[in-house]
Amino acid sequence: MTTLDASVPRPAQRPASDRDNYLTHARGFLSWAFTLDHKRIGVMYLVSTLGAFLLGGLLAMLIRTELLTPGPTVIDADTYNNVFTLHGAIMIFLFLIPVIPAALGNFVLPLMLGAKDVAFPRMNLLSYWIYATGGIMLLGVLLTGGLDTGWTFYTPYSTTTNTSVGLATLAVFILGFGNIFTGVNFITTIHKLRLPGQTWSKLPLFIWAQYATSVIQILATPVLGITVLLIFIERVMGVGIFDPNLGGDPVLYQHFFWFYSHPAVYIMVLPAMGVISELISVFSRKPIFGYKAIAGSSLAIAIVGFFVWGHHMFTSGQSNLAGTIFSILTYAVAIPSAIKVFNWVATMYKGNIRLDAPMIYALSFLWLFGIGGLTGLFLGNLGVDLHLHDTYFVVAHFHYVMVGGTLAAFLGALHYWWPKMFGRMYNEPLARICAVLVFLGFNLTFFVQFIAGTKGMPRRYFNYLPEFTVYHQISSAGAFLTGLAFFIILYYLLVSLVRGRPAPANPWGGATLEWQTTSPPHPHNFPEPPVLTGPYEFSALVFDEEVGGYVLRPERAGGAPSGAEGHR
Amino acid sequence: MSHGAGAADLHHEERPELQHHFETPEQQFESGKFGMWVFLATEILLFGGLFCAYAVYRALHPEVFVYASLFLDRVLGGINTLVLICSSFTMAWGVRAAQLGQRRLLIVLLGLTILGGLGFMGIKYVEYEHKWKAGLLWGTHYRSQADGHALHHGDAGTEGHGVAPDGHAEPDGHASEPGAAAEQAAPDPRAGLPPAAAAALPPTVPVPEGRTFGDGENASLIPPAAVGPVGVRPPEPAEDDDDLARRLRNEPRNVHLFFGIYFTMTGLHALHVIVGMILIGYVMARAIRGDFGPRYFTPVDIVGLYWHLVDLIWIFLFPLLYLIE
Ligand SMILES: [Cu+2]
Repeated sequence: MTTLDASVPRPAQRPASDRDNYLTHARGFLSWAFTLDHKRIGVMYLVSTLGAFLLGGLLAMLIRTELLTPGPTVIDADTYNNVFTLHGAIMIFLFLIPVIPAALGNFVLPLMLGAKDVAFPRMNLLSYWIYATGGIMLLGVLLTGGLDTGWTFYTPYSTTTNTSVGLATLAVFILGFGNIFTGVNFITTIHKLRLPGQTWSKLPLFIWAQYATSVIQILATPVLGITVLLIFIERVMGVGIFDPNLGGDPVLYQHFFWFYSHPAVYIMVLPAMGVISELISVFSRKPIFGYKAIAGSSLAIAIVGFFVWGHHMFTSGQSNLAGTIFSILTYAVAIPSAIKVFNWVATMYKGNIRLDAPMIYALSFLWLFGIGGLTGLFLGNLGVDLHLHDTYFVVAHFHYVMVGGTLAAFLGALHYWWPKMFGRMYNEPLARICAVLVFLGFNLTFFVQFIAGTKGMPRRYFNYLPEFTVYHQISSAGAFLTGLAFFIILYYLLVSLVRGRPAPANPWGGATLEWQTTSPPHPHNFPEPPVLTGPYEFSALVFDEEVGGYVLRPERAGGAPSGAEGHR
Repeated sequence: MSHGAGAADLHHEERPELQHHFETPEQQFESGKFGMWVFLATEILLFGGLFCAYAVYRALHPEVFVYASLFLDRVLGGINTLVLICSSFTMAWGVRAAQLGQRRLLIVLLGLTILGGLGFMGIKYVEYEHKWKAGLLWGTHYRSQADGHALHHGDAGTEGHGVAPDGHAEPDGHASEPGAAAEQAAPDPRAGLPPAAAAALPPTVPVPEGRTFGDGENASLIPPAAVGPVGVRPPEPAEDDDDLARRLRNEPRNVHLFFGIYFTMTGLHALHVIVGMILIGYVMARAIRGDFGPRYFTPVDIVGLYWHLVDLIWIFLFPLLYLIE
């Protein structure tokens, strides 16, 4: 390793055609279905989650079309209940929860650690197939009577409705195990498979965020599992644990459900925050400001996030004392979130900001997540929540966090790692236009919902009073604009796979290890051992005109740190 | 393996059990063990939800738990606890045997562990069967135990009881009470009331049908204290009444809640025992093939960890479900 000569061509400088990469290494359906390669599993997750996103998005368009006018517009009320339930369940369980951790995380995490794979590749493949099975079962409710409970499955309605709650809860139970296995895998990988010399303080912040996410996944998901299992056996066998007719307590269900589902919000948003830490730093060409504060705040969010579930139940007859405590704790979560935002802004300060598409998404994240987070404080306030509970204000709030936050970060991450995953550059000008369109369309859709909510428009309603018509129509227009932008994104990404310019190893100048291997990576990740640099040590990189991307400075490439000794 | 070169690959050729993405056997062993510990945290939270439900219902309905405790067989539960502890011991010894390369001993110990699991399941089956026949079940499947049919030994007694309101086998001495015969004959609404309550009512006062609480000796027009806001204490028992029979008759509402929790918790635990036995069977097959020795015993160790957790959960379930009063 120490003998590596600077004159030896590094992988980035070899022509793209003669390289063995993970996409071309083996061919055929079976080589994908039974692959143990974390990169291929990541791609399979990506395709599946995007399929779920497409379906959930089309359902969203149907909801917004229906709400163009008061009363029936295109579908009847029962169908509407099914549509918004499936929109929520598909988007949350099949898209938002797995999309960054399981799809992009699977691809990037071992690369960032300089590892050849995750710790348990077979379990990783199992997670994917569990996800696929659960996903098919969840979609199966479309054929077996629909689902009209809302994604929250509140009892006692969910145990008495004759729609397909049994299948849906079983699907959620199974999906949960996919998440748990991914979490176990990532935690073990981060602990045991780091490059020698890569200490905890040298981990990219995306890894820290993934670590915090995995901790939530392994600790919260089993509680959701047992909760939906109880609903399932209540429906199938008549166990009365949540049935007030049999002495059961339906509010206990809400406690169980939110004990998972509030932390689940962080399962969705923490990896997004990890992505943003990477993007802001790379596209400002400046080391991240407050590394330890950002890393620590991920863990703080993960921990405090376990103790705030009661803020969903201020109107469920919870005691005033409990309500007060949950309210205070909810305010407390705002602190680590704000720490992150301040550090990101400080990173950009006096940075050399480049407005590539990923960075535009990162900036939209700051704006949208800021609004989403701050409106969360309104809802965390006991008195204000009594007025806003179950109105469109809540709908707008969580879409700002989940769509504005997670989806914007996901799109940023997808554009950022696309060249690495598929070895092609996409149409950058078009991508920037779409990033702006998504931002505008999104705000148009959801900002008016805050106003409609404060004026008393209840969520989940099929019908509404005529004075709300203008809000709903603006909202629908925004949704159609966003939908259009998504189709353009899909179009240019697919085109790039065929006609895109071959990507260099490091097109953006990222200092994390995944940029040291070829694009797309070698089947075993690093044909030559990576050189350990700090995750935000941009001074070690220099732009190489010939390659069209960044390369390590010769003195860094030659002088490997002693820590890499003996690895591989 | 096409990647890399050098010392690490030599390792891989010598040691077929070393997977390609690990550098050293130690790294593989530590990763496996660490991963299992993380997974055990998940398992604890899975049962944690149920323990939480147990605590909530115990606090909300203490009388249900006290009443239900009459029907749990502590002897069988205790034997099962011992069986599991012994199987944990053979498992731990098995890990040691694998480390020392004692292949025959390892196979025997793993076999004994599986036997322990089977024994546990067998005893569990006996308990479940008794509860099934006695109607000690969840939700609407629960059958009132006020007549004590579940505790009358001899399984022949489980049929024909508790169905007809008057056909129940009263503990000794009640058939001869005055008015008992009249109770059986009279079809009027007063039939469900005990003689004392019926006598207290003037004959002209109509008793609304279906508005009595409890049946047999304890029937009353006024809901019992545990149910109604202004209830009455159940009438004092006759002096010759034995204590168990009185407790049985004072059946609170919603006893089925306990059995819902009981079957969910023990059922989920039994599922884990079955998974554990399958895993041990897999390890045993590999042990017979001669896979393990001082240099490689990771699967034995990891499956052992899982088995110990399954035991540990039972150690919590046993006192909570069997030893409460
Ligand atoms: Cu919440």
